Amino acid sequence: MAKLTMVQALNLALQQEMRNDDNVIVLGEDVGLDGGVFRVTEGLIQEFGEERVVDTPLAESGIVGMSIGMSLYGLKPVCEIQFSGFTYQNFHQIENHAARFRWRTQGRYTVPMVLRSPYGGGVRALEHHSESREAYWAHMPGIKMVIPSGPRNARALLVSAIRDPDPVIFFESKALYRAFREEVPEKEETLPLGKSQVVREGKDLTLIAYGAMMRPTLEAATELQEKLGVEAEVIDLLTVSPLDDTLFVKSVLKTGRAVVIHEAPRSFGAGAEIVSRLMEKSFYYLEAPIERVTGYDVVIPLYSREKEYLPNAHRITRAAKKVLAA
Amino acid sequence: MPRKNINISDKIETLSILDEHGKLDEDLEPDIPEDELIKLLRGMLLGRKFDERMLNLQRQGRIGTFAPISGQEAAQIGAIALLRSSDWMVPAFRETAAEIWRGRSLESVIIYNSGYCEGAQIPENLNNLPISVPVGSQILHAVGLGWAMKYRKVDDVVMTIFGDGATSEGDFHEALNFAGVFQTPVIFVCQNNQWAISIPVHKQTRSKTLVQKALAYGLPGIQVDGNDVLAVYVAAQEAVARARAGGGPTLIECVTYRMTMHTTADDPTRYRSDEEVEMWRKRDPIERFQKYLLSRGTLSRDKLEGLEAEILTQIQTAIDQAEAEMTSLGDPVDMFDHSYEQMPAYLMEQKKAFLAELDESREEADNG
Ligand SMILES: Cc1ncc(C[n+]2csc(CCOP(=O)(O)OP(=O)(O)O)c2C)c(N)n1
Ligand SMILES: [Mg+2]
Repeated sequence: MAKLTMVQALNLALQQEMRNDDNVIVLGEDVGLDGGVFRVTEGLIQEFGEERVVDTPLAESGIVGMSIGMSLYGLKPVCEIQFSGFTYQNFHQIENHAARFRWRTQGRYTVPMVLRSPYGGGVRALEHHSESREAYWAHMPGIKMVIPSGPRNARALLVSAIRDPDPVIFFESKALYRAFREEVPEKEETLPLGKSQVVREGKDLTLIAYGAMMRPTLEAATELQEKLGVEAEVIDLLTVSPLDDTLFVKSVLKTGRAVVIHEAPRSFGAGAEIVSRLMEKSFYYLEAPIERVTGYDVVIPLYSREKEYLPNAHRITRAAKKVLAA
Repeated sequence: MPRKNINISDKIETLSILDEHGKLDEDLEPDIPEDELIKLLRGMLLGRKFDERMLNLQRQGRIGTFAPISGQEAAQIGAIALLRSSDWMVPAFRETAAEIWRGRSLESVIIYNSGYCEGAQIPENLNNLPISVPVGSQILHAVGLGWAMKYRKVDDVVMTIFGDGATSEGDFHEALNFAGVFQTPVIFVCQNNQWAISIPVHKQTRSKTLVQKALAYGLPGIQVDGNDVLAVYVAAQEAVARARAGGGPTLIECVTYRMTMHTTADDPTRYRSDEEVEMWRKRDPIERFQKYLLSRGTLSRDKLEGLEAEILTQIQTAIDQAEAEMTSLGDPVDMFDHSYEQMPAYLMEQKKAFLAELDESREEADNG
């Protein structure tokens, strides 16, 4: 097995799916010769040619609107929007059309496209290059919102997303792109969309996170274990929507305590929904109010201050202690 | 009835005055006062030298990502020079030379590119919008400003600047259409630097020129040699005069070149040839203009050297000052500022919690 970065793992998923299925088309700004600004599509144009790896004009609404049309004809477009901060330019195509064709035509037409986009902070970027706005897409009926947390699950989830019959928004953490390597099997591997995972077992407290926040969350779990002997159970959502509440509800029925972590702004974020599910499904088992560790309700600051904006292991540990003390 | 050509009255022209060898078309030579000519040169030189210094600072890790302007000095300065201070400028993100011409301090550019939002603050006396990163989005704001000026019956104008890539965005087309319909006093200045990151302009559009897009919206348009500051100046002068007199918007396409990388995060050797870059180096806007000024006696070698030395000092002073200023910036709690005029209660709570956590972690750090 090769040790790959997340960029390489995503590239592998694209390459293999393009080999498997000539319906798969990659399109977007700078995805061809440049290999994408983060190099996720590197080498694809050399192998599959300009017919299947399409450098588009600079227009996100164009990219997504055209992807919808391609999908309606039976192709499987995987479009790249260069940064999630520029997906607002294509917002209406997703909200008005990608999310609704199945419903509007009562199943006659579907939109099996994937929209890949880098999201999140921590790479010292310019304005519009650091935000975390998964809640917009998670809020849309008809859309699946997927966020992997490492090379191996990124590859498996992207393969599943490409094969999925419904539109998938696939966010990739820039901070994770080259942060670490993992063994990624050459042989095909998939992971079901809409299923979370227990990545660390514990009995005292449940930590729920996804994407780039998995690393500080796991760091906090280790610290809790080492310093306080507390056994935290850690859940990686992997898919934000449709939200799989089975594992985290089951976990909280056991632990009675929970902390939810995301880098997106606090209000109306994924955490609010997770906490609601816990209230609905585990209220009588709760031993303490649930805590959220999140970004603040402000525009993520330019890079000199972004470190203080982003949740870290320290903040998570602190919230965990509070929940444990209650 | 036989088929006939539709007669479209709007004109689409092309203009070049000082060619790439520095040869002047005397019939077209504009009458620009000598001190203005030197000012233009200074603006261009400052743009170039500052760019070079910023690249250095970036490579040393002293600033973050930066979008260089080298090669586009004439296309920026030649156009922006026609505005008066009550006019408005609406830039994209690669207009540092134009921004500086319009009064933005070098310090603020350095501070901004060091990741401090303070660097985007615009002094009350300047009618400039901040940089706009989402490509093409700012063009519509210019139309709105122009609409408001018309409504207030003032004879100010708006100049907005954007790239060749921006002409693919819907916002660009909506802006030209609105400006045409409402006849707003807007000068649309397209910096056709041949590239949008790795996409050459011929993959951006099937149109032979960018300026011809004006025709579709009923606007006059002119394509100029964007490395010829005289041509840019003349085109802008006409467009500004027309807009000021109530004659409505104009599209100017400046044909120029992005001499270096898209941003400091980009590697242009992946997608374009050295030969192409070399060909454009021969069309350098500054060299060409200097030749012209030297030949007509407006400039001497000595004067040029003096000018360059003065500019380098100005840049060094700005760097020192910016670095000194930044030592007192960066209190993270400032991130809560400027969200609303009045901070909502929930945000106040977040700010308090943030401060409490900050205190606690500082204490913990102090206690080892
Ligand atoms: C809406 C949007 N999409 C994508 C980007 C990423 N991006 C930044 S600059 C750029 C190319 C812009 O090309 P052009 O308009 O020609 O301006 P130039 O960079 O050449 O000055 C791209 C794709 C962005 N900033 N905004
Ligand atoms: Mg360009």
